[in-house]
Order: sequence, then C-alpha cells, then structure tokens
Amino acid sequence: MAERAIGLATAVRAGDRSARSVVESHLAVIAEREPDVHAFNLVLADRSLARADEIDAIVAAGGDPGPLAGVPIAVKDNTCMRGVPTTCSSKILGQWRPPYDATVVQRLHEAGAIAIGKTNLDEFAMGSSTENSAFGPTRNPLDLDLVPGGSSGGSAAAVAAGFAPLAIGSDTGGSIRQPAAFCGVVGMKPTYGAVSRYGLIAFASSLDQIGPFAADVADAAALFEVLAGHDPLDSTSIAEPAAQVSGVLDRGVEGLRVGVISELSGAGIDGIAADVQDRTRTAADALGAAGALVDEVSVPSTVFGLSAYYLIAPAEASSNLSRYDGGRYGLRVDGANNEAMNVASRSAGFGDEVKRRIMLGTYALSAGYYDAYYGKAQKVRTLIRDDFAAAYENHDVLLSPTAPTTAFPLGDRTADPMTMYVNDVCTIPSNLAGHPAISVPYGVGASGLPIGVQVLAPTRGEAVMFQVAAALERTMA
Amino acid sequence: MTREAVVEPVLPEGWELVVGCEVHCELATATKLFCGCRNGFGDEPNRNTCPVCLGLPGSLPVLNEAAVAFAMQLGRALGSTVRGSVFARKNYFYPDMPKDYQITQYDQPTNVDGFLELPTGARVTIERAHIEEDTGKSTHVGGSGRIHDASYSLVDYNRAGVPLVEIVSAPDIHTIDDAKAYVAELRAILVTIGVSDAKMEEGSMRVDANVSVRPAGSDELRTRCEVKNINSIRSLGRAIEYEARRHIDLYNSGQAPRQETRHWDEANGRSTSGRSKEDSEDYRYFEEPDLLPLDATADEIAAIDDAMPPLPAGRRRLLTDAGVDAASAVILVDRGHDHFAAETIRVGGEAALVARHLVHNLPDGPGEVDPAALAALVEMESTGALSSTQAKTVLAELAASGGEPSAVAAAHGFEAMDTGELEGILDDLIAAHPDEWTRFVEGDRKVQGFFVGQIMAATKGQADGKVVNQLMQARLAG
Ligand SMILES: [Zn+2]
Repeated sequence: MAERAIGLATAVRAGDRSARSVVESHLAVIAEREPDVHAFNLVLADRSLARADEIDAIVAAGGDPGPLAGVPIAVKDNTCMRGVPTTCSSKILGQWRPPYDATVVQRLHEAGAIAIGKTNLDEFAMGSSTENSAFGPTRNPLDLDLVPGGSSGGSAAAVAAGFAPLAIGSDTGGSIRQPAAFCGVVGMKPTYGAVSRYGLIAFASSLDQIGPFAADVADAAALFEVLAGHDPLDSTSIAEPAAQVSGVLDRGVEGLRVGVISELSGAGIDGIAADVQDRTRTAADALGAAGALVDEVSVPSTVFGLSAYYLIAPAEASSNLSRYDGGRYGLRVDGANNEAMNVASRSAGFGDEVKRRIMLGTYALSAGYYDAYYGKAQKVRTLIRDDFAAAYENHDVLLSPTAPTTAFPLGDRTADPMTMYVNDVCTIPSNLAGHPAISVPYGVGASGLPIGVQVLAPTRGEAVMFQVAAALERTMA
Repeated sequence: MTREAVVEPVLPEGWELVVGCEVHCELATATKLFCGCRNGFGDEPNRNTCPVCLGLPGSLPVLNEAAVAFAMQLGRALGSTVRGSVFARKNYFYPDMPKDYQITQYDQPTNVDGFLELPTGARVTIERAHIEEDTGKSTHVGGSGRIHDASYSLVDYNRAGVPLVEIVSAPDIHTIDDAKAYVAELRAILVTIGVSDAKMEEGSMRVDANVSVRPAGSDELRTRCEVKNINSIRSLGRAIEYEARRHIDLYNSGQAPRQETRHWDEANGRSTSGRSKEDSEDYRYFEEPDLLPLDATADEIAAIDDAMPPLPAGRRRLLTDAGVDAASAVILVDRGHDHFAAETIRVGGEAALVARHLVHNLPDGPGEVDPAALAALVEMESTGALSSTQAKTVLAELAASGGEPSAVAAAHGFEAMDTGELEGILDDLIAAHPDEWTRFVEGDRKVQGFFVGQIMAATKGQADGKVVNQLMQARLAG
C-alpha cells in the first residue's frame, strides 16, 4: 500500500507536492496493476488530472482546496457523478450518464479529493464477492486467485492495490466491511442517516449507507468527516451535525467497556473459521491489555439477522429496481408492446443474482405472504434493535469478526447462493439496527490472508467506535 | 362548473343505486410533492422535471410541507380525524410513472372518518383523504387512443409528482343528483379553502365512480364497477345512469356484472370494459423507506381549525336562516356571492328579492352596487315605487356605474304609475278583448299573463306587474 491520504493532503495544501504528481503516481500504479485486478469500471484519468491542475492552481493562489486536497479517491460505480457513466455493474443501465452529482461526490469535490475512477461491484451491490458484475469480477490484489469480497470489491481492491489512498463504497449488509476485511484495509459503515444517500443508486433503501475505505483508521476517520453531515435532499439524513472523530483517535480505551458478541464469535453461528475466531479473541485481549473492560455479551437475535435481511433487502430492491424498464434510459430491448418491451429489457439487462432477489422480494411483499415474510422480518429487525440496546446499556462498543472466513477463491461459492449469503452474517445486524460499525485489519489467518475485526457502536456512536478502532490498530503496530 | 338543475333520471322500479366516489384533486402548491419543480398546468411538456420527479436512479423524495398542510386543511374541512401518517409504495409498472411505483399513503392515511353534508340534506361518509403523487400524462397515438393498441405513446412528466389528495367516499350515495351534488360540494369546499382549483376540465379534479345496484329496500352490496374518465359533473350523471342501467339489464337477463374498471366514453354515451379486477395487480404496498413517518400534532390541527374559513354548508345555512330559499342559497354560495347577499339582507333588503336579483340579474357579481344600494332598490320595488322591469334596468346601471337607486330611477323617468291610471288602461283592454276577459273570469289563469303583457306594452314597462295582478284579482272578487 502506498502513501496515506492525510499525509498527501497535508503536502498538497502546503504546496510541498503538486496534486498533479499525486494523481500521476496513482495513475501509474493503476496502469501497471489494473489489468490484473480490474478494480475499476472506468478510470477517470483526464478528468482527475484536470481537477488536480485546478487544485494546484488554488494552492498556488494561496487558497485551501480542502482537507483532502489532491487525494485520489475511488468511487463505487453505484454513485452518481454528473456526466460520467454510472453502471452499477449492470447491463441494464447501459451507458447512462447521471445529470447530477451524488451529495457525497459534491462533498468530496469541495474537500479537494479527486475522483480517479468508478469501481466495480456486484451488480446493484447484490453479492459478497464482486463476481456478480456484468463487466467481469474484480480480483483480490493480495492474491489474484481470490475474490476481494463484495459488493464494494472494486473499492476495497483499489485501496489495497494502491490505486487510490481512499475509496467510497456502499454497505447494505456488509458490502464495505467484508471486502475491507478480505483485502486487509479499513472499511466503515456509518450510522444510518449519517451520510447522505442522495445519488447513491438504491439497493435496499432502509439499509444502504455510503462509507469510507482507507489504508488506516485515521484516513478512514478523515474521509468519514468529509462524507458525513445533514443533507436536505435525503429525508432520512440525520439533522444534527455529524460526530467529529479525528480528534478522539489518540484517546485510548482505558475504562471503556467492550463486549465480544458471543453469537457472532463462534458460539452461536456455525461457519466462523477457527483462525477468524482466534484473531477476534486476540483483538479483545489486546484491548483488555490496553485498559478496556472486556467481556462477552449475548445479542441473541443477531442469529436471525441473515434471514430477516434476505427478506427486507430483496423486498425493497424489488421496488427500487422496477424503474429499470427500458422506457426512459439504459438498455432497451424492443417488444411487441410496452409490457413486452419491459420484460425483454429486464430479462436481458439484469443478471441472475439480481433477478433472484427481485423474485424473492416480490414474493415476500405479495398479498397473502406479506405478514409471514416481510412483516415478520420487520419484527426481527425490531428485536435486533432491542437486543443491541440492552447490550449497549453496559457496553460502549461491541466486538465481533467482520466475516466468517478469509477471502475465498473465485468461483468457489457462485454455485450456491446460500453459502455466499452467509458471508454477511456478522455485518448484517448493524445494517438492520442502523448502527455504525468498522472493520479493522487485524493480522492474518492460517493461510496468511488478512482478517478483519469489527467494532460496533450504537446509533451516532462513531466517535467511540473510531476511538476503539484506532486503539486496536495500535495494538498491531 | 355550476350546479345544474336536472330532472332525476329514474331507474327502473324496484332498484336502488349504490355509488361511492374516488376523487383525485391536485393540490395548488407552488411546487411538486417531492421536489422543487413547478406545479403548473399547460406548460411545455417535460419542462417541469428534475431527477426526482423523473425517478432517475439515486434520486430521493423530500416531502413538500405545504402539500401536507393543504391536505390536513382539507381533512378538517371534511370533518376528518387528522392524524400521523406513513407513506407507502404502490408498486406497478406503467410508462407514465417514472419509478414504476407510486408514493402514496396506504394503511395510515392523513385523514380518516370524515363526512360531507349535501345541500339536499344527504350525508356522505368520507372514509379517507390521503396524500399521493400524481403520474405523468400519457398520450397514446394510433389505434383507439388507449395504450393496448397504440402505435406509440408520448409521456409528459410535468404532472409526475404533482401533489394529489384522493378522497374516498363510502358507498353512501343513492341518487344521481346526490352523486353530482357530492362532487359539486367537494369542489366548493376545495375552492373555498383554497387548496385546489378543482377544475375537472383541466384534470385537476378527477372523479371515478364505483357503481352498483341492488333491489330497493335491500342493504346488500353487489358487484361494483369503477367508471373512470369522467370529465364533468354532467358526465358523472350520465356515466352512473348508463352503468346502473347496464347492471339492471344484466340482472334482469339472469346475468351479473363482473367487477372491473370501465372507461366512460362521453362522445358515445357509453362505458367500455377495461381492466378486470379479478386479474387485478397485487400492488405489494410497503412502507416508503425514503420518507419518515409524518406527525400531526394537536397544535397544528388547532391552528388549522382556527384559520378555517366559513365552509359552503355553513354559508348556505346563514342565507336560508335569513330567508333565502335553498336553491338560491346553493347558487349564491357556489358563485361566492353569499357574503354580499347576507350583507344586503342585514341592511334591510328583503331576502327573496335580494336573492332573485343576485341569482338572475347579477350572475357575474354585484359590480359597482353596494349592499345598501341593492337594499334600497329592493325596497323601492317591494313598495311599488318601481316595477320589476324598471328595477332590473336600474340595477344593470348600478352594477355598471354605481350610484343611488332613486337618482338612477329618476333619471330614467321611472315613477310608479298611479292605480287610477292603470284601472283606466285595464278598462280599455277589457273592452277591446272581451273573449279573453271572459276566459279569465271563468278561471283560465293563463290569460292573466296576456293582460299583464298588454298593460306593460301600453305603459312602456312602467307599470308594476304585481299591482296589475292585484287589480285584476280585485275585479274578480268584486
Ligand atoms: Zn422535479
């Protein structure tokens, strides 16, 4: 991994280094390794160089381009960028160019960051390996035979490969944290509503959150501070100003109460690999040694999270994805009449996993099935919130593995969707509860692959979450 | 749109009509329900659009608070319980709906349990009045003008996302006149409180009628058909009558209507079969995750009630209590001339004459006449100082240029004719038309008009018709 964002921005703002040289050096890494990794659907070389020159001009004129001045950032290709094809790694969107910027894209621009490319993802963010992309899979830069995780696999890989110091992804059930764990980088899902969803192409609206990828916790914190904040264009955006987190990173964990979630650490759910369990325990012990009060805590309903998620997320997706009907933008396959055109366009434009989830979700919302499926899943969601609330009565943060295993080989799990879905078992509960969570790389497992440990916090608990994540990171140093 | 006096078309003996109405009203907000685009009628197609109302990927709705305030005002005007509500998605594919779902309210609407009191005295329960977004407007080119056999379709998304309130009545309406009165009354309320211009011809008020029939005296609810594409109150009456007769004919021939949506064809005076409800879509409603639940606080509701202008039913009651007949009261309130009428009566104008002049002689409003002048004019007329024809002439001039009725009357040389002079003219007329006079004496009251007309002609309209009638009656009695 290359230079860190904070250091680069400091150098660019001080005029010690040109933004152009920063962009050029990253484009050079991309030119070298991107053909193998395929992190990007689109590299914005000319555009990012032009923006770098603008930033250099601002610095030359004595201005401040912002806290991320000149820092290249990879943007998940489900985030709208004015005039730039935004595909969701789906054929259905064709070469659709949004006429507007997502709020986060706007905020990044205002902070001086430079969007260097649009990253690959599982189609419409549905998947855990970035193999469900209409444009081919992304490979794990640490081992090209392995998946980078998903759905934000392109963003995780871009940071891991040194294509950009920063990336943004979206996390609906773990789509930032799990690929971060697989690629050995930091990935964070904010509190629901902390970061605007305006311009994020929806998968499951009540679960989706945009969040940062970075090589370390400090960079992730700096990026989070740029992304977060109220947006009048998103009704679910939190009205209060976002937590400032960079200032708390050095505070340590003395006296903080850390609960290891027993259900997600081997006892409750099958399939958490032994090396993953080990590293989670080691992390807990390290926090204890650093002064935290560590114990085990039961959050019983988390074991139902996966089932509830695979009803709620597809249900919302079935509605969110209706608009791709061939009528107004994207792919159109003609038919004898309007309805036939809709069917032909959707049949040709969506991949298998997207179709599977549209069908699942449509079924879950159907008259006569709603109560048994969608209705019940919403009750589980309430239960998970209640259980977390109980756990947070006497804990500041919770701890668990990020993913049950380390990165697996390409093609290993594509045949059976259920084995793929299980990847999200540790990350989904935070989405259902709307809570923040961060994956911190914490050493390697049996095969030498990175393992992520997840720090979870209650609603708007980003400050204490980052505080613990930074302390955890230091225990590795 | 005015209320028409119509003769109730009578259904065949033994059948009762059962009608419930679903009325969609566009709210007259400056901007759309979920974006800042202009809410306007008649603009160049697709001019008032943005990523949100075009449903572009990544866009999100932000609720227009003015639309919510309007909907709550309407709810209170309809006597509804106004409460916290939740938006839902109604999922179905249609080219004029950019997201292929409609944001509406489903099981938790803003307004429930209201009612409407009709001028006829009938009371219609309003089950709900909920907020939703309008769709775009499709024009299907070729074929019959409907989507299934069109060559192509044009869609104007200016209307997409315009705020609507859908007002759903119970099946409480049992005559065609009441159905028409219901819609007219709803319109009067919408206009009074200023939340919609409620123009059926521009589509800012759209009425669908759920029609069924049942044997008179029964309280069963039989299969209903929803009749759409009704463009005026007159069409509403025609469509309901057509549909009811169609049902009765089916029952009489041993068949039954099937539940379906039907399309009213105004030009041909018939409805045609549309979508069948049996294979109707499952809309898969669920809570709209992009919007927060909506509160309705007691303070907000109290503020709405405090600011509520007088509503049509109350305004009509004010006039009838002052002596105006019910039919005139309806017209005066519909025209918004009720306040002037009430004021004229308050300063001494005789109610019946005031109402008659306003309804018949001042359909466009009082113009330059003030209530005191109209009251004075009416006084001159009722004392016989002016004939009704003269009063009409004076009134027209007052409306156009103002002034004092007595001065205007004097300028026209209008003076009450003395009774002796009229007696003489009547004597001459009886002499000239003995046969007609005999018929009058024998009880043929129709010839009375002949004599009145002759006297008016002879006096160039200066005689007071009422006085002439009295003279003729006096001769009979004598
Ligand atoms: Zn708009």
